[in-house]
Amino acid sequence: MMKKVRGLGMGKSYPGKLYVVEGCDGSGKSTQIYLLKKWLEAKGNTVFFTEWNSSELIKESTKKAKKKNLLTPTTFSLMHSSDFADRYEKLILPHLRAGYIVLCDRYIYTAFARDMARGCDPDWARNLYDFAVKPSLAFYFQAPLDVSISRILAGRPQLKYHEAGMDMGWSTDPVESFKIFQGIIKKNYDQMIDDEDFKVIDATLSIEKQQIIVRDIVKQNLEDYKMPFANKA
Amino acid sequence: MKDQLFYGKGLPYLTLNNLPGKLIVIEGPDCSGRSTQITMLKTWLEAKGHAVLDTGLKRSTLVGNVIDEAKKGNILGKTTLSLLYSTDFADQLENKIIPALSAGYIVLADRYIFTLMARDIVRGASKEWLVKLFGFALVPDMVFYINLDPETLLHRAFSKYGHLDYWESGMDTHLSGDMLESFKKYHLLLRKEYEEMSKEYDFIILNGKENADKMQSELRKKVGDFLEVD
Repeated sequence: MMKKVRGLGMGKSYPGKLYVVEGCDGSGKSTQIYLLKKWLEAKGNTVFFTEWNSSELIKESTKKAKKKNLLTPTTFSLMHSSDFADRYEKLILPHLRAGYIVLCDRYIYTAFARDMARGCDPDWARNLYDFAVKPSLAFYFQAPLDVSISRILAGRPQLKYHEAGMDMGWSTDPVESFKIFQGIIKKNYDQMIDDEDFKVIDATLSIEKQQIIVRDIVKQNLEDYKMPFANKA
Repeated sequence: MKDQLFYGKGLPYLTLNNLPGKLIVIEGPDCSGRSTQITMLKTWLEAKGHAVLDTGLKRSTLVGNVIDEAKKGNILGKTTLSLLYSTDFADQLENKIIPALSAGYIVLADRYIFTLMARDIVRGASKEWLVKLFGFALVPDMVFYINLDPETLLHRAFSKYGHLDYWESGMDTHLSGDMLESFKKYHLLLRKEYEEMSKEYDFIILNGKENADKMQSELRKKVGDFLEVD
């Protein structure tokens, strides 16, 4: 009988390790998680990596819906939660239960920060992701707003509509809108630091310095970790 | 009269001052006769001069094809499916139902959040999670529930489709390897959930075994009384 509630994560522990990175775009988190992956693999670990909005099944729909401008804050939030749930049920959870290391570029905190910026009720947004397990470590790459923004604007000639928060009507200028949007997101992240137990990393440090700090923290966290099988020497 | 607009947190970014329309929901399992009743009700209401929108759990353009594709290949996790259906529903609510209500329409909803919740609870979802999830849903003005025993449903399904459908028989819940057995068990469990909700959400229960015309008269009387009073 299926009466047992789906044990997807609330308050559970798993033999694997879940390390997530969070932060505004342009904070350098993706670089850091990439380097972390390389290091963990060099130590002989089997590591699985997943990033936001990457569910094969759902990302096409998300892209189309965004193009046609069909999304409201609620449907936007729900579509992203569907994408996340798909990756969680198929990739993240099974690997954690099998004892592997999972790295997530962005996790549920991205959803909280963005959904709340769009006006969704915070409790509602939290409940949505209730099924997701708490990470072993959550790194928040914190940078001053102008630093993140200048990094993104330098690297990207054109901001996408939803990325700039244009659907919110804060400004008709994409760059202005983006700055406002990212500002709110950063505020939301900062407010989560204590409750969500973020390990805050100063994203203005050099890439190498940040990585040393990250590796130190991960090394400590791995002390109680046992590789699922002796696959490498 | 309902005392709240939404079941929970609602849609905080929308200012809904006045919704002059009425939201009437008809719930019940597949083959219970809902669509027939809605069509007849719509005709009657329009004859009386009301503007009517008939909507349902038909796929919205947002995620509809994803759900269909995935169901074909059984490649979706239960929570993912649940969230996709809720995305669908939210899309309908915000883009069809609320605008129609704002314009003074009577909206006849062919199913609502209750079917989504019942189906998901039977698949192991936490009811508390679902109730909070659907906190964005409007509270309907009336909810009718067509109650029907699984045995009768079974025969109607055969007569309507010529065979049993994998999903409608609840085969993914693994209650039984045999589709017939699964159908019966699944619908018994679903009905139990509907019955619990009927008390929590004040359903007006209709006897699914009644002939269609008799049920329609009952519906018309109840809806007519409600519209008169309001």
